[in-house]
Amino acid sequence: MEAFFSYGFVQRALLAGIFVAIACALLGVFLILRRDAMIGHGLAHVAFAGVALGLFLNVIPLVAALIVAVLAALGIMKLKEKAGLYGDTAIAIFSSVGFASGLLLVTFAHSFNVDLFGYLFGEILAIETTEVLLSIGLAGVVVLIVILNYHKFMYMTFDRDSAKVSGIRVDRLDVLLTILTAITVVLGMKIVGLLLVAALMVIPAAAGLQLASSFKQAILLSSFVALISVFFGLLMAFYFDFPASGTIVILSFLIFGLFFAFKREKRLF
Amino acid sequence: MALSANDSKTLIAVKDISFSYGYAKVLKNVSLDVKSGDFLAVIGPNGSGKTTLIKIILGLLKPYEGEVWIMGRRVEEFLEWQKLGYIPQKATHIDSFFPVSVYEVVAMGLLSKKKFTRLTKKEEELSIQNALEQVGIEDFKNRRIGSLSGGQQQRVFIARAIVKQPHILFLDEPTTGVDAETQEHFYDMLDALNKKEGITIVLITHEIGIVNRHVNKVACLNQRLIYHGTHAEFCHSKAFKEMIAGGHHLISHRH
Repeated sequence: MEAFFSYGFVQRALLAGIFVAIACALLGVFLILRRDAMIGHGLAHVAFAGVALGLFLNVIPLVAALIVAVLAALGIMKLKEKAGLYGDTAIAIFSSVGFASGLLLVTFAHSFNVDLFGYLFGEILAIETTEVLLSIGLAGVVVLIVILNYHKFMYMTFDRDSAKVSGIRVDRLDVLLTILTAITVVLGMKIVGLLLVAALMVIPAAAGLQLASSFKQAILLSSFVALISVFFGLLMAFYFDFPASGTIVILSFLIFGLFFAFKREKRLF
Repeated sequence: MALSANDSKTLIAVKDISFSYGYAKVLKNVSLDVKSGDFLAVIGPNGSGKTTLIKIILGLLKPYEGEVWIMGRRVEEFLEWQKLGYIPQKATHIDSFFPVSVYEVVAMGLLSKKKFTRLTKKEEELSIQNALEQVGIEDFKNRRIGSLSGGQQQRVFIARAIVKQPHILFLDEPTTGVDAETQEHFYDMLDALNKKEGITIVLITHEIGIVNRHVNKVACLNQRLIYHGTHAEFCHSKAFKEMIAGGHHLISHRH
């Protein structure tokens, strides 16, 4: 275990992973309860277009992905509101168009290379110091904003109309939550990759929701599951040469399964 | 801060409101007022616009004609939301798996008050405890709300509404799907809030019988305002006879 902690790349991966995992778990609880769990998946596909645009224009892909994902998140909100679309239709439209645009851009830029695959499948063990600092900074801001608005987010998730009547600016908080989700998706893509980032948002939160009897418990349990998954995922990647992203997601799924079974057991006996 | 039931100042004034969902007109030129200390029942058949009217008063919907004044300010400019309590129609149809405890739900009611008065953690806990005791659910405070019965859930929502000591309480069909005995206790509790605490109550209900025992004012709605006045006059009015003939549910009450 000592060897594990002694490597710089492991320390960087742990630092970035812990911050991003907590941000993902916190937001995941709200997204699931708002029946908006698929937005992470949709925005990840759109972020692919951002990465491709970054590679095409030769600017930092993470920054390009951040801008594109935030704009897409706001676009999805507007499309839902104005076009009167059912359920996840707006997310499906944006994610498909985003991914298609990304494909076109990487083809034009001849960028089907190692960089691109890093974004698609995650490369947490190859994360650089500047990326760690960016991840810690942004994820820290996301966590702080969620903590500061925790009660308001909880109220509007539970009972939107009553929250409005309490004078809470629900529409503004919707925008805030959507922007935070977009930022977290982009941060998560460096950890588990674009294709699996939605899992990091949804599975730990879904696991936490299995056993929680209060909102506070749901938040704490979800964050705990995310942390455990990232830590042991990295540990297994280090010692057994497993792919870190896949291991993190499978571990979180196993914990979900465990919590689910425990909940059923509690009901039966 | 309880209001005096004798203080008859107008708290809510609805002036010539019209509203439609697309092409379907729901409210036509409705005007009414609510005075301090009133226990007003808004009654009418399904689709008569009762819920829409309350949502317009609370600023959740915008009418295409007319205006709403709350405590002397237009609803668009009204800021003292901590003075209003609201229990929406779907309050007791909550997702039973939603992970929120009774205590957390009641604490939500303090959010708007906290904007105006800095409550310490201790004051906050005391307010929540008082509200829970007032509605008799203090023993359930750590339970998940979805695990409670319909009647108990209603009490939680009442506690959430009264924890901020509102001046006006709006309830939209609060006893739907609840047995008759629980309903009776529930309306007794509302009576106490109105008469002892001086809270003005606006209640949407299908149950005309409720009107007989508890309320002092009635607004009868069927897209237009058919009747608006005291309960005593309402019982002898044409609107009342028409509603009875229309097969509205009547509950017998002790007088």
